[in-house]
Amino acid sequence: MPTELPSTRAGLDGLSAGSVPATHEPKPVDIAAADRVSGLDALELGPRKEKGNLAGRIWNSAWPKLLAIAIVIAIWQAVVLAEWKPIYVLPGPGTVFSDLRDLITTADFWDGVRLTLIRAFTGFLLAVAIGTVIGAAVSRFAPLRAAIGSLITGLQTMPSIMWFPLAILLFQISESAIMFVVIIGAAPSVANGLISGIDYVPRTWLRVGQVLGMTGLAKYRHLILPASLPSFISGLKQGWAFSWRSLMAGELLVIVPGALSIGVRMQQARDLSEASLVICYIIVVLVIGILIDVLFNTADNALRKRWGLTGS
Amino acid sequence: MSLAESAVVRLDGVSKQYGSGGNALLALDHVSLTVSKGEFVCLLGASGCGKSTLLSLVAGLDKISGGTLDIGGKHISLMFQEAALFPWLSVAGNVELALRLQGVGRAERKKRAEELLEIVRLGGFGGKRPHELSGGMRQRVALARALAQDADILLMDEPFGALDAMTRDILHDELERIWREQNLTVLFVTHNVREAVRLGDRVILLSSRPGRVIEDFTIDHPRPRRIDSTEVATQAAEITDRLRAEVARHAN
Repeated sequence: MPTELPSTRAGLDGLSAGSVPATHEPKPVDIAAADRVSGLDALELGPRKEKGNLAGRIWNSAWPKLLAIAIVIAIWQAVVLAEWKPIYVLPGPGTVFSDLRDLITTADFWDGVRLTLIRAFTGFLLAVAIGTVIGAAVSRFAPLRAAIGSLITGLQTMPSIMWFPLAILLFQISESAIMFVVIIGAAPSVANGLISGIDYVPRTWLRVGQVLGMTGLAKYRHLILPASLPSFISGLKQGWAFSWRSLMAGELLVIVPGALSIGVRMQQARDLSEASLVICYIIVVLVIGILIDVLFNTADNALRKRWGLTGS
Repeated sequence: MSLAESAVVRLDGVSKQYGSGGNALLALDHVSLTVSKGEFVCLLGASGCGKSTLLSLVAGLDKISGGTLDIGGKHISLMFQEAALFPWLSVAGNVELALRLQGVGRAERKKRAEELLEIVRLGGFGGKRPHELSGGMRQRVALARALAQDADILLMDEPFGALDAMTRDILHDELERIWREQNLTVLFVTHNVREAVRLGDRVILLSSRPGRVIEDFTIDHPRPRRIDSTEVATQAAEITDRLRAEVARHAN
């Protein structure tokens, strides 16, 4: 059992001698201890970091990108000036950018973008739903993992364009054929992200969960799912990349009558030998890809920052 | 109150064996010990004495191979060398989770978590993320989380092992104070002899491979103690000699 504080220690603090009843802790001793603790905390936490102003930070991250774009355009212009190919096959940046400006000011173009993005999001969301269910099931049931665990990784490495002949036979030339390939391209990545996230939940966290009395659903709700989030997000990111690629391949190959998507328009431009327009669509697809990637990276970085996984 | 009535945990001839046949490893061999209510008991031993195994058994994370382990349906909390706080929750969120899992209501959780952080002198840090705190502070959050479980016994597995000497010294004072103020019962595992003597009412020395109880030292120096006081140093030297003899036994 704890013994009383030695009187020598209490005697040091003259303030408490008369005012504090004997049954209470001598306060000044506690205050000194509190000071030691908070002093140590203050020393260990170190100074707050300066973030710098917003404009400066944006400029710092933007100028290398702008410079890279400028270099690419300069090389492109140089190749055109060198007349490596006739100008109607490889038009210069000036022609392409003025065509691009004309293109993106038409409502018709945006209808095409909308159609493609709706397909992309529908396919991706279905792939996420299916991939999540499969991933959760595989990580939960050992026989299922033994059966299809390596199959999922195998599917991931399969070039999605290989699926189109079968998809067309199964679904004819239809939206379903495109969706089928988009989903089969993206779902394995999503599933794998979730599986490895669950597999690599640190052992100490699992032990803490056990000590705190987590069982069954509560364990998934409060531990497994949040802990596997970083890996799940990289799975989503990779899944998106696969579904976007599959979709572009699909739009070039499976031309559904009446659906003027980006891929179809690009194919038409090629049929009409409009090289400038083809390059315009390449740029549009690239920009959409980059924008979506920025969204995923923002989510990823926000999470890393919250978790303290960033380098700083 | 007799010893039997006040016992929180009682081990009687507990053995733990890993594997079977020729590869079997006997980690604990007929270990008997009792921890009474309000006691601070330190388990001390060299590598391979199975002290962490013993805690896992008491915590119910692992099953015993022989003997009896009686915890009488009591609640147990456990702290590790790593704070193992969940990074997706704030500091207060980590403490609240322990309360939530016991079915404490939202408003009550918030209030209680604040009190607990106040106890470990981290009031006002509830909104921070675990990674924003130092190692010593994280370990105190882990202590607050363990206290939130309102367990009958707190098991600690080298909780200060990864901290620097200065921080450890201050946390010894803190743990002693909290143990006294909250009337805790603690079973504390360490390989640091002075730490054991500094903190414990009793220091139980375990042998290595297999783990057996060699001796049960009673430490009755007045509290609060200092790790550099003569009494602590003298008794630590005595125990260290026993420990050295035990380690030397494995030389052959």
